[in-house]
Amino acid sequence: MGTNKKIVVLSGKGGTGKTLVSVNLAAADFDSYYLDCDVEEPNGHLYFKPQILEEKNVSVLIPNVNNDLCIGCKKCVNFCQFNALAFGKKVILFKEICHSCGGCALVCPAHAITEIEKTVGIVNIGISENVKTVGGIMNTGEASGIPIIKNILEYIKDKSGNVYIDCPPGSACIVMESIKDADYCILVAEPTIFGAHNLEMVYELVKLFNKPCGVVLNKCTEGLNPSEEFCKENNIEILVQIPYDAELGELNSNGKIAVRENYKNNELFYSLLNKVKEVIK
Amino acid sequence: MKQLLILSGKGGTGKTTIAGAFIKLHDAKAYADCDVDAPNLHLITRHKDMPTKKDYYGLPKAYIDANLCMGCGLCQQSCRFGAISYKDIYFVNINACEGCGVCEYICPAHAVSLKETPAGELFLYKNESVFSTAKLKMGSGTSGKLVAEVKKQLIENAKEVDLAIIDGSPGIGCPVIASLSGVDMSLIVAEPSVSGISDMERIIKTARFFGTKIAVCINKYDINFLNTEKIEAFCADNNISCVGRIPYDSAAVSAINRGESIVEIDCASGNAVKTVYGRVVEILQKEIVL
Amino acid sequence: MRITLPVNNKDIKSDICPSFGRTPYFLIYDTDDKSIIFLDNLAAQSAGGAGIKAAQMLLDQSIKIIIAPRYGENAAKVLLDGGIKVYKNVAGTAEKNIKAYEKNQLDILADIHPGFHNHGNK
Repeated sequence: MGTNKKIVVLSGKGGTGKTLVSVNLAAADFDSYYLDCDVEEPNGHLYFKPQILEEKNVSVLIPNVNNDLCIGCKKCVNFCQFNALAFGKKVILFKEICHSCGGCALVCPAHAITEIEKTVGIVNIGISENVKTVGGIMNTGEASGIPIIKNILEYIKDKSGNVYIDCPPGSACIVMESIKDADYCILVAEPTIFGAHNLEMVYELVKLFNKPCGVVLNKCTEGLNPSEEFCKENNIEILVQIPYDAELGELNSNGKIAVRENYKNNELFYSLLNKVKEVIK
Repeated sequence: MKQLLILSGKGGTGKTTIAGAFIKLHDAKAYADCDVDAPNLHLITRHKDMPTKKDYYGLPKAYIDANLCMGCGLCQQSCRFGAISYKDIYFVNINACEGCGVCEYICPAHAVSLKETPAGELFLYKNESVFSTAKLKMGSGTSGKLVAEVKKQLIENAKEVDLAIIDGSPGIGCPVIASLSGVDMSLIVAEPSVSGISDMERIIKTARFFGTKIAVCINKYDINFLNTEKIEAFCADNNISCVGRIPYDSAAVSAINRGESIVEIDCASGNAVKTVYGRVVEILQKEIVL
Repeated sequence: MRITLPVNNKDIKSDICPSFGRTPYFLIYDTDDKSIIFLDNLAAQSAGGAGIKAAQMLLDQSIKIIIAPRYGENAAKVLLDGGIKVYKNVAGTAEKNIKAYEKNQLDILADIHPGFHNHGNK
């Protein structure tokens, strides 16, 4: 049975540097895992370009109606809260809208409904030097990435080492799923009032789940940093300040991992890594 | 009323900054923030008046009446979403509950019922200009429906206004699709990075479905000249108007933090946005004439 | 025979609503007795699958003909299975369209748009 520490990197707002931080932390550490839980818009693989070792389908259950047994009572149509069923001359199922709750099969008085599997996405496991990557992609048109994230998180349950989790942006239930079992949360914030506003939102979420956390201030420029002010006002530890830097911007925009290149400020990432290792002890 | 929607695909490209600039340049009398997960536009529109608020109800959620509950645990067994827990009593985790109704159906004691649950709030400012926005509660789904409400609120309250400027949400999912309905033109703010280009292509695909006129501008173009040229070539190949390049500008950051728009001060990004605005208006006027 | 149109107001002189699934009301006209009733569109409140719910509602009301500007592929499946025909409306009021239908001046609506991503929990 492996013991691992899960470090979740989240931001509330897109484009702040979640992927930058989680990718570089995973690359700077020894024998680590990088989990890309942003299954709608995964980006981690653009940096790691991993060699894929394993790929598997993720599926959910959807109803299958036996028209020979169906008596046309429409109890299933009326039960479905999501409007995934209709009845013209026979039952019609809208697979993409179905939430896989199993209710229609339960209410059918003729036992005409059974459940079958439907693929909603894939999870792939790969390797890039010292990092094992676990990522998933949700098929376009699917309702929720949660089944895929659950699958990704299930994979590392019995593994050992430090696990860096790149979270989706926002604070919706897809994010909650990703931070549920975190050992530590890194909040990445921009130095604008937008950044501070969204930092506040995601900090609320982390407090709700009672998770220890620290902040990375990214793209820092001269002048007042409202996100820094927020941290000071609320006694939140600032782990590191990464200055806005054209060189880092260019490296990142080309899909390069700073700590694997000769980037001049790499000690920032190593210092961040050491701080994180201290707090998760 | 014509609708101009500012979109990006990827988050953090500068949608809200640019939307704010356009609102100032046009002296817009109607605008909306459709990024209901993380609304930011109100931080730079500086309204002095108070908005009227309205509760937004998403999908109904399950509630267990502890007085009627027999403790059989059938609800927990049947819940596919792990939304029912037990600690002294059985209770529903509202954030995990999807409102399917299975627990309500299966409970032998009729102790479970689905109830309307507030999932967010709508705000309407109506003083000198109409500003419609909303905030989704943490952990909620159904953001697409809330975006539809934000737009409905805007349209109902600003019928006589010529042009409404709408700050869209990132991504390509429901909220974006809900914001695209009825829009005359989408301005896509692209970022010259590998992830930015990948996301830009996906949002263009989505916007095309809706037959809106599409234009692209490249923000923070000087991060990567090669990628900027890639984007411009892509637009040329696909018959999409490329309406300008905006440089990264630290003056923009300080302006925003003072609650000012970049077009209210003399700075490189502000001046570039003025040019972009001019070209967008030209395209919109052509639409009206046609 | 009952025909229906999505309308913005409960008035025969109302204009046609551009959305099928989320129209506020449906006007139902009976070609036999010339009666008119208005139906509140409960589907408009749905988070997702509004077109499906609206189509089912109209099926349950024994509607045979719909006059509308567009509808989605999900609603289309239901209407096809239920045998409902959809005609494309002309510019103008519901009243104008009913008259046009009775004079056989309307064309069948072929413009079906793809389904949207659903609006369920994310």
